[in-house]
Amino acid sequence: MVGLATVFGAGGGTSSYEEAEHTDLMLLWGSNARAAHPIFFHHVLKGIHNGMRLIVVDPRRTESAEWGDLWLGLDVGTDIALSNTMAREIIVNDLHHRAFIELATTGFDDYAASVMDWTLERGAEVTGIPADVIREVAHAYAKADRAMICWTLGITEHHNAADNVLALINLGLLTGHVGTYGSGMNPLRGQNNVQGGGDMGAIPNKLTGFQDIETDFVARARFEREWGVPIEPKRGWHLSQMFEAMEEGELTALYVIGENPAASEADNQKTHKLLANLDILIVQDIFMTQTATMADVVLPAANSAFESEGTVTNSERRVQRVRPALVPPGNARDDIWIIGEIATRLGHDWGHPSAHDVWEEVRRLSPMHAGMSWERLEELGGIQWPCPDESHPGTQFLHARLWSEDPAEQGTKAPFSVVLYEPPVDELDEDYPFRLTTGRRLDSYNTGVQTGGYTSPLRREETLDISPEDAERLGVQEGERVRIASRRGEVEAPVRLALGLRPGLLFMTLHFPDQVDVNNLTIDAWDPKSGTAEFKATAVQVEKLAATGAEDRP
Amino acid sequence: MDLHLMDAAPTEAERAAVDGFLGAPDTGWEGAHERSARDLRVVRGGREAREQRHLLLPALHALQAGVGWISRGGLNYVSQRLSVPPAETYGVATFYAMFSVEERPVNVVHVCDDLACRGAGGLALCEALARDVGSEGADVGGWTWVRSPCLGMCEQAPAVFAQRAGRPEVALGGATRATVDAMVAPDSTVVCAGGIGAPQTLGPEGRERLRLLRRAGVVDPGSIDDYRAHGGYEALRSAIEMGPEATIQAVSDAKLLGRGGAAFPTGVKWQAVATQPVRPHYVICNADESEPGTFKDRVVMEQDPFAVIEAVTIQGFACGAEHGFLYVRGEYPLATERLEHAIAEARHHGYLGDDVMGHGFAFDIELRRGAGAYICGEETALFNSIEGKRGEPRNKPPFPVTHGVFGKPTAINNVETLINVLEVLRVGAEAYAAIGTEGSAGPRLFCLSGHVERPGVYEVEHGASLRDLIELAGGVRGERPLKAVLLGGAAGGFVGPDMLDVRLTFEDARAGGYTLGSGVIMVFDDTADLVDLCLRIARFFRDESCGQCVPCRVGTVRQEEALHRLVSGATIGTREDELALIDEVAQVMRDASICGLGQTAANAVQSAVSRLGVFDGGAA
Repeated sequence: MVGLATVFGAGGGTSSYEEAEHTDLMLLWGSNARAAHPIFFHHVLKGIHNGMRLIVVDPRRTESAEWGDLWLGLDVGTDIALSNTMAREIIVNDLHHRAFIELATTGFDDYAASVMDWTLERGAEVTGIPADVIREVAHAYAKADRAMICWTLGITEHHNAADNVLALINLGLLTGHVGTYGSGMNPLRGQNNVQGGGDMGAIPNKLTGFQDIETDFVARARFEREWGVPIEPKRGWHLSQMFEAMEEGELTALYVIGENPAASEADNQKTHKLLANLDILIVQDIFMTQTATMADVVLPAANSAFESEGTVTNSERRVQRVRPALVPPGNARDDIWIIGEIATRLGHDWGHPSAHDVWEEVRRLSPMHAGMSWERLEELGGIQWPCPDESHPGTQFLHARLWSEDPAEQGTKAPFSVVLYEPPVDELDEDYPFRLTTGRRLDSYNTGVQTGGYTSPLRREETLDISPEDAERLGVQEGERVRIASRRGEVEAPVRLALGLRPGLLFMTLHFPDQVDVNNLTIDAWDPKSGTAEFKATAVQVEKLAATGAEDRP
Repeated sequence: MDLHLMDAAPTEAERAAVDGFLGAPDTGWEGAHERSARDLRVVRGGREAREQRHLLLPALHALQAGVGWISRGGLNYVSQRLSVPPAETYGVATFYAMFSVEERPVNVVHVCDDLACRGAGGLALCEALARDVGSEGADVGGWTWVRSPCLGMCEQAPAVFAQRAGRPEVALGGATRATVDAMVAPDSTVVCAGGIGAPQTLGPEGRERLRLLRRAGVVDPGSIDDYRAHGGYEALRSAIEMGPEATIQAVSDAKLLGRGGAAFPTGVKWQAVATQPVRPHYVICNADESEPGTFKDRVVMEQDPFAVIEAVTIQGFACGAEHGFLYVRGEYPLATERLEHAIAEARHHGYLGDDVMGHGFAFDIELRRGAGAYICGEETALFNSIEGKRGEPRNKPPFPVTHGVFGKPTAINNVETLINVLEVLRVGAEAYAAIGTEGSAGPRLFCLSGHVERPGVYEVEHGASLRDLIELAGGVRGERPLKAVLLGGAAGGFVGPDMLDVRLTFEDARAGGYTLGSGVIMVFDDTADLVDLCLRIARFFRDESCGQCVPCRVGTVRQEEALHRLVSGATIGTREDELALIDEVAQVMRDASICGLGQTAANAVQSAVSRLGVFDGGAA
């Protein structure tokens, strides 16, 4: 979200789902949406049916890549190299959108200069993608009448996540593929309400509605009036900084709502130690997660999907109503009730506001939500922000303003960003020659907290996915257990042969931390701008276990 | 594409069979032994890969013909090559009778025990094989035999057709034990009989009155020069000179009605396709002649293949298509061979290709083979079959003229209809329209088989009576009394001797409640067992129902069961109850089936009951 907010001022995907069905070309970059974003992928499938060309950029040939007209299997972490090479190819062939660049952007000359040494040959050498294919994709993207770039964690779970996003946005600005129907820049959200979390202010430097806590005095004053307290113009910590602060002893109390950092954070031996050292750990969740088992206090919460009243906001910025279908079990309580009660115990009587009361407060404080009454949300089947007043229909796609020739209407121009290619922090060498990347499968969700309790015919337990060529070289067979070690830790897992991998590339999920704690291996190098850790690029070695190995085959 | 391939690997022979058709795989993803460095970085797939689906049936043919069956490994390899999920491939492979997903001997002899052949030695041959060789389907030393529905060689009954992996398929008439042995012998030299019994195609006034069959038995079917020397490609020249619109106008003015069974005006169909703004347009020649008792199209294709090619070219020219399909019945090896040769010759001589006859329009024809499914003669089922799917009919509307093969405007005509177009252009629309009767213009081919002196294809002008046709064929064999005639095929109906004077025209048939169907006139004398024939027809429809829609899938089974109860006497309730049940099932099938198969599956049985009193307490 940081990259989008930097360039456009709003941290949301620019397009609506419907536009994915009517675009001409989609670059699905660092995303296995077929497995990880199956709902969004239904829209992609409709687009394919309607004649859209799908190009998938991913080190692995994933299920999504199998749907693609073209797959580019770049080296892990070389996305900026690919983007810059495409940019140079577009510029030197005069395929960039001069009118849009002139009208709506800043910093083009510096950017153009910065990509000029990214010749096709150099791009091919760094990324591993043949030069003719880079050229083809650059031309296809630039020439498409409508084109979208969609990405997910393959872009953002890197030490330079924000730069990766900026590199993709540069391509959109370069070709004018933003702010029009069917063209846009879209991070796909992994959950029904990731977008909503950010919108509501769960970002260290933003108040509700992406209003900057440090720089937007007007907005801050509005919040101060509403809440009757002064608000310090000071940003908070993001997750990775919180763990650093724990390490420094600056952070001693942690209140975790609906997260499972004990299982989901990189380098989790360290994570466990830090959590254990806290003065107090409070966990509010609907499951007894790994983190909850370590907590001093566990607050059982109602399920937000079907035991609560409120709203969620999806990847296309559509705010939708949620209504309870069930009464929560036992002493589980709605999140709003729990927070209100904690406030009361801390000496502030907030009473017990209803979800509707809270929403009305959001509308008073966040201009982009102001027009969304519950009645309208109901009537229109959800509304896409921004929606400044009750006569506004909501906004199907963002940044049409950039195309306006009226400076007032256009607002801030979108800046190009000079982004430099940096390889992954965890380097490959003779001792750690394999690149391990992580990801998700269709049948499981994140650390398995919410999916582990259900059976799925698709589910396999954790495996080390490996190319047939590497398996042969290591002398291991399907199902055979191997030891995987990184510079930080080691795990054991059975091998699964995967044609989607090339020699040197390995894949594991994070779905089964109780069985194989993959985050023992991952590196906690994180992006200073977004706070995202580099889950996608770990250097490891793989070792065949002694003699007994083969007998473990299932 | 969500492609979950199986672990099963193809044998080298299976690989070679498939590669022989598709060419060697380009990448490791498509099944090459090694993954190249480029394979590990780039794959072209998506639409390009999915658009190969239409090659599924020919690829399975290649596999079946190469190794004799479709193993898991072979099926998996075909799936991988064409980006089709193995489950889909399995669904297609098991739909068609000529494909086997069970291992079986490399030589399989299909012995026709259908209506014309069963009384003419087909059943006796089956019994002899069962007694002397082994039971149906059993491996008897590298080969086996199975019973088959009509093989479309009724004039040469009994017919046999052999699939011989690694060797050409062969179909032969007048079959005996010796024929079967010769077909399966390791050093077999048997080939399809190429000739035609000349008298079979003669009208009453001799060859000079023949129009559709004027070249049959006269021209060398392998020579484009001989075809041209006999008036070939003059019709195409006329069409090109007139232009597409005038060509369609001529076909309309000639009042040409489709000969496939529905009697739809050909000009109207072509006009509808030609004026569709959606591109591309396709044309298809429906040569999936499978109606029991029908063999006229086979004779035309075998004896005058270039005429079919020329007619399809005109069809494409008129309808604005650049691509035509010729969908030939799988059990017609000789017709297939001759048409393939004719297409190659026509291409070689510039009658097909980018610049047909040097007149600047592009047109080519692709021959596709059926694989043993009666239902694929139904036009929308045929589209699905070409597209590489199970041959299940589609709902109509939308109609083929707007949504045909690959969802594009498609003109589909049967072989006989198309060669009538040549005649329209040869003699002119007005002269053509003057042939025949007011409501049925032009000549007509009839397939005479069963108990007549000279079975064969007979060409007459519309207006001839059933009696005329039987007399043309020399009358009932041995001058025995006539018992019944099956008119129009298994989907048509039985008529008795009282109806010999009905005229065989569209208008008379409509008024009289009988059908000409595909021109079948199967004659039965007093020795025929009509009950047995009804059971065979019921079995045929039960076998051939594609199973997609319930009325037909269930109805054809109920019909056969009821008939068996009537025959055995173990009726549920009275005979009248059973007959009422048959009528009720028939009504449901007629009202609610998606396609013509279910809608007509009860016709023959019902006509046997109502017109001939079969099952009337022993009348048969």
